[in-house]
Amino acid sequence: MTGLSINNLSMRFDLPNGDHVQALQDVSLDLKAGELLSVLGPSGCGKTTLLNIVAGFLAPTSGELILNGHKVTGPDAERGMVFQQGALFEWMSVRENVGFGPSMKGTPKKDKDETVNHLLDVVGLQDFKEKAVYELSGGMQQRVALARCLANDPDVILMDEPLGALDALTREKMQSLVLKLWKETGKTIILITHSVEEALLLGERLIVMAPRPGRIHKEYRLPFADLGVDADLREVKKHPEFGPRREEILNMIWDMEEEIMGGKEDAA
Amino acid sequence: MIPLLIYIVIFVAAFFIVTKVVQGAGLKDYTSLKTVTFGDESAVRPNRAAGIISILTIFLMWGIFTGSSLLPGFLHAPGPFEGTTTFTYTAQVEGQAPDDATVTVIVHPREVETDAPEVDPGDGFAKNDSAAIAQWRTGLINVARNDDISKADGNRVIAINGQKIAPGETVKVDGGSVTLSDKGTPNFEPIKGWQMEPLYLPSPEAVWVRSIEIAKEGFRNFTLLEHLGYSLFRVVVGFFFGALVGIPLGYAMGLSDWFRGWFDPIVEFMRPVPPLALIPLVIIWAGIGEAGKIILLFLAALWIMAIAARSGVSGVKISKVHAAYSLGASKWQIMRHVIVPNSLPEIFTGARVAMGVCWGTVVAAELVAAEQGAGMMIMTASKFQNTDIVIMGIILIGVIGFGIDMLMRWAERLLVPWKGKG
Repeated sequence: MTGLSINNLSMRFDLPNGDHVQALQDVSLDLKAGELLSVLGPSGCGKTTLLNIVAGFLAPTSGELILNGHKVTGPDAERGMVFQQGALFEWMSVRENVGFGPSMKGTPKKDKDETVNHLLDVVGLQDFKEKAVYELSGGMQQRVALARCLANDPDVILMDEPLGALDALTREKMQSLVLKLWKETGKTIILITHSVEEALLLGERLIVMAPRPGRIHKEYRLPFADLGVDADLREVKKHPEFGPRREEILNMIWDMEEEIMGGKEDAA
Repeated sequence: MIPLLIYIVIFVAAFFIVTKVVQGAGLKDYTSLKTVTFGDESAVRPNRAAGIISILTIFLMWGIFTGSSLLPGFLHAPGPFEGTTTFTYTAQVEGQAPDDATVTVIVHPREVETDAPEVDPGDGFAKNDSAAIAQWRTGLINVARNDDISKADGNRVIAINGQKIAPGETVKVDGGSVTLSDKGTPNFEPIKGWQMEPLYLPSPEAVWVRSIEIAKEGFRNFTLLEHLGYSLFRVVVGFFFGALVGIPLGYAMGLSDWFRGWFDPIVEFMRPVPPLALIPLVIIWAGIGEAGKIILLFLAALWIMAIAARSGVSGVKISKVHAAYSLGASKWQIMRHVIVPNSLPEIFTGARVAMGVCWGTVVAAELVAAEQGAGMMIMTASKFQNTDIVIMGIILIGVIGFGIDMLMRWAERLLVPWKGKG
């Protein structure tokens, strides 16, 4: 059986002062291979915790995670990760960064070079391959991060706000690139984002999480990602369903934020 | 006070001249178009002309106040009096008419041995005297020594050059001044001028000549290169062992909570102890030979390198480590490909600091006790009042310390170009 099943995942952090934070409670989710899931939610809803558990950096306090029939217990090359920024190795050239995964596995140089060259073509950085990563712009750096992740041919790609630090224009271009790569490679992708538009545009499925305790609040299946593969994303935004969906989700998140703020005021 | 005023005048004058010249030449760059430069740190770059003039001014001042032969004479500060001068004194004895006599004084450079000149004793009970006094020195002239009536019999000096004088008072005469001591003996002080005595500050050319001489003939059984080489050798070896132990220790402290807990108190305690404070203990334990110095420098470098490596490891962004793990790297590969390269900039910074501290410490240790070395050279020279060698040594120590730092910066640019780019 292929795909990722998240079964009754709970995560509880005990604080030194005796309190505890229920970061996640009974989160269950099934992702088929090749699905693109975007995750939205107000800050503190546990979305990054969820991603870290899927990546294997955190062990859940209860529940389990099954990927392609085996249990996830730690980080592995089968689950690639793309971070917001600053996760590239600045002591390596673009080429070396992209080839990092294959190098670690001991892939023969010829195969590695082939993979790297192909991916640099895909992300459009062939001319920059001998540059140091800090010489590239933010958008280019994120392309390197995407290529680096893909070079390992992971089953699942986890993205933690990968486009969050980019300017609006670059961000739009990168969104198209993510969709293109998703379609071409058929990878399962989990994308965490703060931008409702981005979540709608990229998420074939979308979950909105709620805080205290962190849980899945609502789930959507959306047509926009498929539409956006071949079309201009600005056209997709004109889709009649797009606006109402955006308003609906924005209101949902606003309500949650207000609840949090209200709770704080009560406590104070 | 006068040198400071001259210095300020040169500073201000150079400022006006250079800024006028630059403005006149119409040199414009981007910074010159900024309207707000006060408070804009990036607009403040060292003025090259100011740097050059500053260095020249130091040598100029040095030359002015040492009467350097490199400068034309009119630039020299007034020098000390040199030559022969005379003054008269009036001696009085109860019940007799006062009698005048002349004192002839030769003021000579210190290094020229000179005898008091022969003078005709003259008439009267007070006889003419003579004395030889070195520049910058004073001399008591026992004028009553050759008089017909001795001091014990009531011979008193009551005037110099006809001017009345009492014990403790001073009269200006040609080429100096005469002060009557408490016991009534004239004390001649030649005019010192404004130049520094070579004993305190030799002229630049004297230092240069002495440097050439030391470079050719060596100092205390070792050539100049050997002295400096010994100091450098100690620094390099001490630093090498300090880094060899310190870097792995820092890594261990950055990677293991047990190591961190175990060594934190030791490192944090030893770090603020100045290496100089360890010199006595190291001498007691290891003597004044090479071993003691290398142990001292090892200790000086060890803590700095350990802390640099530790903070290099702690400074690695967790997202980089996570990325490497999810790209399939093993622990060892993460160490080799992420943690070590990530910590190199910090280690280089630490190495620069450590080299600086080691260089300072080795000179200090050699000041205390050594057979050879830059510090020993200047300490021994100071005991013999060879100020020129002391100044030469200080300049060489400074040049080498500067050179070490430049070398480290160069190596840093070459080896860790990603520093500060993470």
